[in-house]
Amino acid sequence: MKRFLIISVFLLTGFLGIAQDKYYTKAGNIQFDATAAKSPEKITGGNHASVCVLDTKTGALQFSVPMSGFEFEKALMQEHFNENYVETKLFPKAEFRGSITNHAAVQYSKDGTYKVRVKGNLVMHGVTKEVVTEGEILVKGGKILAKAGFTVTLLDYNIKIPTVVADKVGAQARIVVDCSLEPLVK
Amino acid sequence: MSKFIKLLLPAILAIATSLRAQETEDLLSLVEDEKEPKKEFVKSAFKSPRVINSHSMEFLSPGVMDFRILHRFGPVDQGLKTLFGLDQASMRLGFDFGLRRNLMAGFGRSTYKKELDGYIKYAPLMQSTGEGQFPFTLALVAGMTLNTLEWQDPSIENYFSSRLNYYFQAVIGRKFSESVTLQVIPTMVHKNLVPLHTQPNDLYSLGFGGRIKMSKRIAFTWDYFYRFNADTAGIYHNPLSIGCDIETGGHVFQLHFSNAIGMNEPAFITETTGSWGKGEVRFGFNLSRVFQLKKKKTA
Repeated sequence: MKRFLIISVFLLTGFLGIAQDKYYTKAGNIQFDATAAKSPEKITGGNHASVCVLDTKTGALQFSVPMSGFEFEKALMQEHFNENYVETKLFPKAEFRGSITNHAAVQYSKDGTYKVRVKGNLVMHGVTKEVVTEGEILVKGGKILAKAGFTVTLLDYNIKIPTVVADKVGAQARIVVDCSLEPLVK
Repeated sequence: MSKFIKLLLPAILAIATSLRAQETEDLLSLVEDEKEPKKEFVKSAFKSPRVINSHSMEFLSPGVMDFRILHRFGPVDQGLKTLFGLDQASMRLGFDFGLRRNLMAGFGRSTYKKELDGYIKYAPLMQSTGEGQFPFTLALVAGMTLNTLEWQDPSIENYFSSRLNYYFQAVIGRKFSESVTLQVIPTMVHKNLVPLHTQPNDLYSLGFGGRIKMSKRIAFTWDYFYRFNADTAGIYHNPLSIGCDIETGGHVFQLHFSNAIGMNEPAFITETTGSWGKGEVRFGFNLSRVFQLKKKKTA
């Protein structure tokens, strides 16, 4: 009976604890650069409306990126991005669901910078692909800064770059993630 | 009791872990908004702010200039003698500017009658999705043209106002799907001077335009104007243009066949002499190249 009570209490506190362990943002910053090697103009875009949730208890990390939120220096680039390449109307969001694989190494209650490895599935343009990358978790004053950079090959996600623009748009895009997370209070 | 625990514990644990597993899978749903998605204006209803001859419901983005080179060749039915009309060309050079999300203006000059033209296009209502969505775009266009030919009869007293024409237009359009956009275009053209008494000074017409996208970069387009109080002498016809838009990165090529030769509203709506029925059709193209004059900050 005693054991039963202990276990029940443990499970209950476990449930209650979950909500405070999550950190999130709805204004995550994601930049990409798909400029070809000798391109005369920069092919870059930025998104400031990405959703990111990190569960510090499990190390689970998830992103939801509204593709229409990418902004470009040139309006025509933005139009081509949405109309021709990522087909925003058909695939309005990119999503990443994964986790920090060296989760145990991060002390979320202590200020500091921690190197992390992240692994998960990126769904973009209707294609799911595994992404493994290294990043950084910065804990400071109850806030978490999550940073990472990785490269995707556009063709892997069924995004075809026609030869007429291949001198400007590269075959790969460098993606940089920079999110400032706050505690999720429910 | 201990038997009870032995049975119950794995069950509780199983339920608990399954709940936990679900929760890690659905972190995003914890922060998702339940209300409607944010308002978004419908974009890319057409590849360009013109269907072929007519204004389209599309606007240039703010800070964008569209440099347009328009050609209308001779009648195709002249055959090999003029290489199906390609020997002759009438042209218009134009500059269009995106000023606001729903405001643009432009000017141009045509070789036909050596006309200068200018317009302002403003949309009080724009098609949008999400919160506070709206089903169609209403764009209002006001423009004028100035004929700079020498006076036909210099011996009489000529007035500068005789060179001016005006047009007022409402473009009511809707992007029905990614591929289909349709619009109706009630238009009034006022000419200060008409050459014949059979022609009205105020001509009312109703235009129709649309596009069907065949692929990401190619679209089938058309526009047509029906004139309600057309000239009684029957010299002129309703302008009909059929073509396709081809987008090649920085340029949009609009290739088409049309019975109209004029490239501003008063010219193509009221002065189209060719007839599709008689095969008096011309090949033509619009070349559109956009330049970003004011760059947007992205970082």
